[in-house]
Amino acid sequence: MRIVFVVITLVSQGWTIPFYLGGWLLIPARGTEASIWSRARHDSRGIALAVGLASLLCVLLGLASVLNPGLVNTYGWQQVVSVAFLVLIWRNAPDSEQAAMRHLVEPLESLGGGGEHSMRRGLGIRLVAAVALLAAGFGWLLTSHENVALLRPLAGLILVTAGIVLLLGPWWLRIARDLVLERQARARAEERADLSSRIHDSVLQTLALIQRRADDPQQVVQLARAQERELRSWLFEGRTLGDGDATTVSEGVRQIQRDVEARHGVPVEVVTVGDCPLDDDLNALLAAAREATVNAAKWSGAGVISVYAEVEPEQVQVAVRDRGKGFDPDAVPGDRKGLAESVHGRMSRHGGRVTVHSAVGEGTKVTLTMPRSAAAAEAKGGNRR
Amino acid sequence: MSTEARTLPRVVLVDDHGLFRSGVRAEIGRQVEVVGEADDVGPAIEMIDRLVPDVVLLDVHMPGGGGQAVITAVKRDHPEVRFLALSASDAPEDVIAVIRAGARGYVTKTISTAELADAIQRVADGDAVFSHRLAGFVLDAFAAAPSAQDVKPSFDPELDQLTSREREVLRLIAQGYTYKEIARELYISVKTVESHVSSVLRKLQLSSRHQLTRWAAERRLDLSVQSFDGRK
Repeated sequence: MRIVFVVITLVSQGWTIPFYLGGWLLIPARGTEASIWSRARHDSRGIALAVGLASLLCVLLGLASVLNPGLVNTYGWQQVVSVAFLVLIWRNAPDSEQAAMRHLVEPLESLGGGGEHSMRRGLGIRLVAAVALLAAGFGWLLTSHENVALLRPLAGLILVTAGIVLLLGPWWLRIARDLVLERQARARAEERADLSSRIHDSVLQTLALIQRRADDPQQVVQLARAQERELRSWLFEGRTLGDGDATTVSEGVRQIQRDVEARHGVPVEVVTVGDCPLDDDLNALLAAAREATVNAAKWSGAGVISVYAEVEPEQVQVAVRDRGKGFDPDAVPGDRKGLAESVHGRMSRHGGRVTVHSAVGEGTKVTLTMPRSAAAAEAKGGNRR
Repeated sequence: MSTEARTLPRVVLVDDHGLFRSGVRAEIGRQVEVVGEADDVGPAIEMIDRLVPDVVLLDVHMPGGGGQAVITAVKRDHPEVRFLALSASDAPEDVIAVIRAGARGYVTKTISTAELADAIQRVADGDAVFSHRLAGFVLDAFAAAPSAQDVKPSFDPELDQLTSREREVLRLIAQGYTYKEIARELYISVKTVESHVSSVLRKLQLSSRHQLTRWAAERRLDLSVQSFDGRK
């Protein structure tokens, strides 16, 4: 953006600067109604100062054009308008803009004097060296203006540049550093705001809920568990706990955990080993695992359900286990059988296997195994984190 | 290792949350003898050095270096002191680091009172205690890549791999099985289950397999790339 501006400035022979400043003067800033101009109109001293400075500059330019007419005529005269505009802006800009500008100009002011002794001496040396370089450079440039030799003006140009860098270098550096610092500070502030809003949305809300439900132990445990899970996944998995679709096996299993705990109030312990992206087969596996988990939550009466998922190079296995009532696989009641079939059906359609171990009084374990499709296994061969 | 089987294990609690310490103390005060409490790394090392307890119940995350620092400092002078790591927030690499430093087990703070007392007793007896979560981490860590492709194997290559039996035992622990249930499931004795677990612990601590460290490093990297890292 700025580079474009500079290029345009050069191409348009410097006319962009006064136009830019004019725009600054006349166009109201976002959020405010009055432009700077509307105030500047009443600032008669400012106008007088602007006109005065502009005319002073005219005299200077006039003198300069005697020495080097080309440069002054193409770039110089427009800046008379710029200076006038700048004075008006300077005097009438809103406080915040003024503060910013003052901050920018501060180091320049210190050129004149003030500050500590040693600093002033450093400045003095710098100033003298810069003036000497500038004088030498300008002198070279001016004397060699009519000359055909190309190298000499180049050397003069280098000297002038060196002088300018020496004079203004620290100022530029400071501006650049301020910019970086400001950006860092803003990033930190944003991070902090993000953190506190998250904590407010999650932890504080849950704590408030827990206080209100203090007489219902089961609710309290459930709330605490849900909160723990959320914090954990945010801290260690760097995942915002959204409702977004799971894209990997471990995310899918955690989603099952969340949903079952929320809907059926039974804690689900989850352990996952390895991970891989989901495909159709694995989605079916997760759907079956969800059925099995919901089943256990509804029927087993167990205090906790454990879900274990392991991604191996050739297959993915999910085991859902509870220590609840259990059942006799040979004498399954009708409703349970239906659910078991939906698990079986889902799995076999995608080439997976199901084994169910259960005995009355000893709980149930459903093991679901899905081979990984050849292509996926090839691409992600043994892809465990 | 059955040091006067009837006396209660002497325990020191190290945790920077006073609330949690008093809670644990109230819960397990009857099954074990809590001889001291410390809330920071420095005081903990000094206290353990003075009291020489049977078991130190140690928080993984603490200001000033965490549980790992305590274990490393104490192990030098008192190799007989046993550590049981305890944590609410368990990033796998932190847990594995504490185990590798010398802790004989790891349980989560959500553990029930009875299970915690049992775990302390087990550690006091010289056994290893693996929670289901730790079992998962260990399986994950050892499975991180096929060890055949390991460039720099340990001095003892046995240490770099879990046997299929050990893997089975870990899988069952990860599914929430107790040692007794595992023994029945695999038709082995509880003692054998215990020895499998101890052997896994030994491998975890002694294996110099750089995969273990690489695994941890990768996970940490994952974290920092994904988003804000809450632990720093």
